[in-house]
Amino acid sequence: MNQKLLLSRKAACNVHGQDSSYFLGWQEFEKNPYDPITNPGGMIQMGLAENQLSFDLIESWLHSHPDAAGFKKDGALIFRELALFQDYHGLPAFKSALAKFMGEVRGNRVTFEPSKLVLTAGATSANETLMFCLAEPGEAFLLPTPYYPGFDRDLKWRTGAEIVPIHCSSSNGFRVTKVALEAAHRHAQKRGLRVKGVLVTNPSNPLGTTMTRQELDTLIDFVLAKDVHLISDEIYSGTSFDSPEFVSIAEAIKDRDDVAHRVHIVCSLSKDLGLPGFRVGAIYSGNDAVVSAATKMSSFGLISSQTQYLLAALLSDDEFTRKYILENRRRIKERHDLLVEGLRRIGIRCLDSNAGLFCWVDMRHLLNSNTFKGEMELWRKIVYQVGLNISPGSSCHCDEPGWFRVCFANMSEHTLNLSMQRLKNFVDSGEHRSTHDSGHRSPRRQFLAKWVLRLSALPAAVTA
Amino acid sequence: MRMYGEEHPNQQILSRIATNDGHGENSSYFDGWKAYENDPFHLTGNPKGVIQMGLAENQLSLDLIQDWMKKNPQASICTEEGVSEFKAIANFQDYHGLRAFRKAIAQFMEKVRGGRARFDPDRIVMSGGATGAQETIAFCLADPGEAFLIPTPYYPGFDRDFRWRTGVQLLPIHCHSSNKFKITHAALETAYRKAQNSHIRVKGVLVTNPSNPLGTTMDRETLRTLLSFVNEKRIHLVCDEIFSGTVFDKPCYVSVSEVIEDDPYCDRDLIHIAYSLSKDLGVPGFRVGVIYSYNDAVVCCARKMSSFGLVSSQTQHLLASMLGDEEFTTSFLATSRRRLCRRRRVFTEGLKRVGIHCLDGNAGLFCWMDLRPLLKEATVEAELRLWRVIINDVKLNISPGSSFHCSEPGWFRVCFANMDDKAMEIALMRIKIFVYRENDAAVPAKNKRRWDETLRLSLPRRFEDLTIMTPHLMSPHSPLVQAAT
Repeated sequence: MNQKLLLSRKAACNVHGQDSSYFLGWQEFEKNPYDPITNPGGMIQMGLAENQLSFDLIESWLHSHPDAAGFKKDGALIFRELALFQDYHGLPAFKSALAKFMGEVRGNRVTFEPSKLVLTAGATSANETLMFCLAEPGEAFLLPTPYYPGFDRDLKWRTGAEIVPIHCSSSNGFRVTKVALEAAHRHAQKRGLRVKGVLVTNPSNPLGTTMTRQELDTLIDFVLAKDVHLISDEIYSGTSFDSPEFVSIAEAIKDRDDVAHRVHIVCSLSKDLGLPGFRVGAIYSGNDAVVSAATKMSSFGLISSQTQYLLAALLSDDEFTRKYILENRRRIKERHDLLVEGLRRIGIRCLDSNAGLFCWVDMRHLLNSNTFKGEMELWRKIVYQVGLNISPGSSCHCDEPGWFRVCFANMSEHTLNLSMQRLKNFVDSGEHRSTHDSGHRSPRRQFLAKWVLRLSALPAAVTA
Repeated sequence: MRMYGEEHPNQQILSRIATNDGHGENSSYFDGWKAYENDPFHLTGNPKGVIQMGLAENQLSLDLIQDWMKKNPQASICTEEGVSEFKAIANFQDYHGLRAFRKAIAQFMEKVRGGRARFDPDRIVMSGGATGAQETIAFCLADPGEAFLIPTPYYPGFDRDFRWRTGVQLLPIHCHSSNKFKITHAALETAYRKAQNSHIRVKGVLVTNPSNPLGTTMDRETLRTLLSFVNEKRIHLVCDEIFSGTVFDKPCYVSVSEVIEDDPYCDRDLIHIAYSLSKDLGVPGFRVGVIYSYNDAVVCCARKMSSFGLVSSQTQHLLASMLGDEEFTTSFLATSRRRLCRRRRVFTEGLKRVGIHCLDGNAGLFCWMDLRPLLKEATVEAELRLWRVIINDVKLNISPGSSFHCSEPGWFRVCFANMDDKAMEIALMRIKIFVYRENDAAVPAKNKRRWDETLRLSLPRRFEDLTIMTPHLMSPHSPLVQAAT
């Protein structure tokens, strides 16, 4: 029996996007992961936008707050209540704490009402849920390029929605312009797709930049004119570490009743707090019908009650959140600067960025040809010869070949320095100019260049 | 459909899914839940309030879990003993799930089945509770418009879980009390033919074993009938075994996983199990759902889809430890079953004393109660009239069979594991009083009027159109009967 006929079309297709190079790089990493002691010649993971810099702050909070651990409220055991709690409205204490935290991350320039929050199993689920609420199968959302590769799965796969790109270019720092928005909208119509909204990520993944006030206003004017929705994925809001200050869409639409019901914000604790394992996401919407529908849909991915309980305690602690937000930003900036400087010494520039857990790196000058084929060639060399898993811009739907996303917050300082050393040697050796395609050999049998191994044999500093 | 634009000029147009009734919560059956919320029973605070008997929760053995947690602080990543794991666990979002967690779940599932079936940890896929598991399975196996056959009566939540966002249909396989609601080959064929005549493509059969709402387990013969049916038609069999750990009496539980091990001709690519810890362990708040498929492509696809509803790594870590403790799980299952058995017996015997019978059951957290003798006529309207009396006068929130798509009026699902002994006693007392009152009223004809006076609200004219039920049958708002423990 034909396997594919047995299953649904969704199961048989590849809209989940896991055949893309973004995920292939991860797979290669998994076969040969770097470890300072057991595998110093292995691949360094720079394709994972994780924040591993500030766990110690949370751990030390846990040490001084045993009640959150022991499911005790004022000494009384509440385990039973928690074990049974599956109300899709969420634990009230957690929603209040999350709403407060969201405000704090935005410098308390806006406040959020718990009643407009819908809890979801991570931002992955939040984005999909919004699509189910706002778009019919075959309808489209406009997204500025480059964008997070996971959106192809999260927004389109099971919903049947379409993504139409808003083309952004390096000529203006990849900013979203009115012209580009209009062009995208026209293009969608030409394809016979009804546009239901625009989805932006702010701060941007993969750019690491925050949107200017003008960009936000342009977006608002556009969605009003076209009578569509605006989704702002702000999961990196807590990672903005430098000026210009992050401006949330919530601020831009403050006191604008004509627009609040079309604006929906997606949040998560995966990036800001570095807790992706806990699956904590949320939708914040000014539209009651969306809140209502999304709340019912959240049944398919509620947040574990014990996790809600722990985080309610953590985030309610004003002193902790205040200190954490500041210190976390400081560490991200420090690490970002290290990467930027390290690249600069190799003659490689990054897009100026003030947020995120990655840099948008310009390697166009290292391409053999200014094509995506050239980009893939370079990428394969960097993955297989240099042993760095970075993400090629094409996997993020970038229009221009030669850009790469490089993450810096998921490793120790030592590892980051090592990766820069490897890259420097690669560039200095002129290997990038070689036309030998190294991608076909199995990486397990692949010998990394001798100089990589030599480098890796240097005594490892204590990992952070 | 510009409905919203016209009624609410400031509302944005939402999708059909967001604005239709597929979630199942807009129904007159909401009244039962509302009645409870407005007037919830509390032993000391509100002894005359409505007792919640519509919530299939297992609250009888949480003390055992609590004790285990007290003795095993290292299982939590927040305690002194366990915090060294915090970073690794908090950072872990691999949709394969923690290996130790999958191993522990597989082990537990084997134990629940008395070691009569083996489970491969690499086939364990996580989901957002059984709710998420069912939706994901539907997404994997069927396209919009296609259908699954399902024996009646069935859990109302399936209408949402299997159909709402997937566009898949559920078509009934009618089962009857004449043979204790068993699924017959004839009923399967009838349902299949009916679908074909309507040009609906059937992709599979969805069963719950042990059954909700019946509280019975499937015999081996029925399972074999199902397997041969799906193999013959080349369609899937999805078994929801969420109550498998609540089998407390004979006959012994037989899972589909056991039967296929004896059947070399069964195409395993057709077999899928949905599971959860919400009922067996009584931890619905932890959102632990499992998809176990014998089809590699389904495992692969479901795993990718699990990104939309992974189990919190904090919870995976805790349960890996708890379910990996064989001594604990053996003793837990034995004690839990004993308590469920005893509680059911107390309830059914109390009912028997006043002449009310339940379907013989050996599993689950509820009884399938036969109130047909109390109906004035064998219609859904009469069933709903009786139901409103029970909610409003007797002050018990029980669930009418029509909400489970039962084709015979007069059956009610009554939950017994979500309260303490005292509340159970009071519930039985109220039922006794009600039955005696009804018996008295049956004699003088003039008393018949009293029934009609208690009628409230408009009744659904065509109940078949309604997609069901008191919301807490599907996604409870607030969980607890505030009974004193």
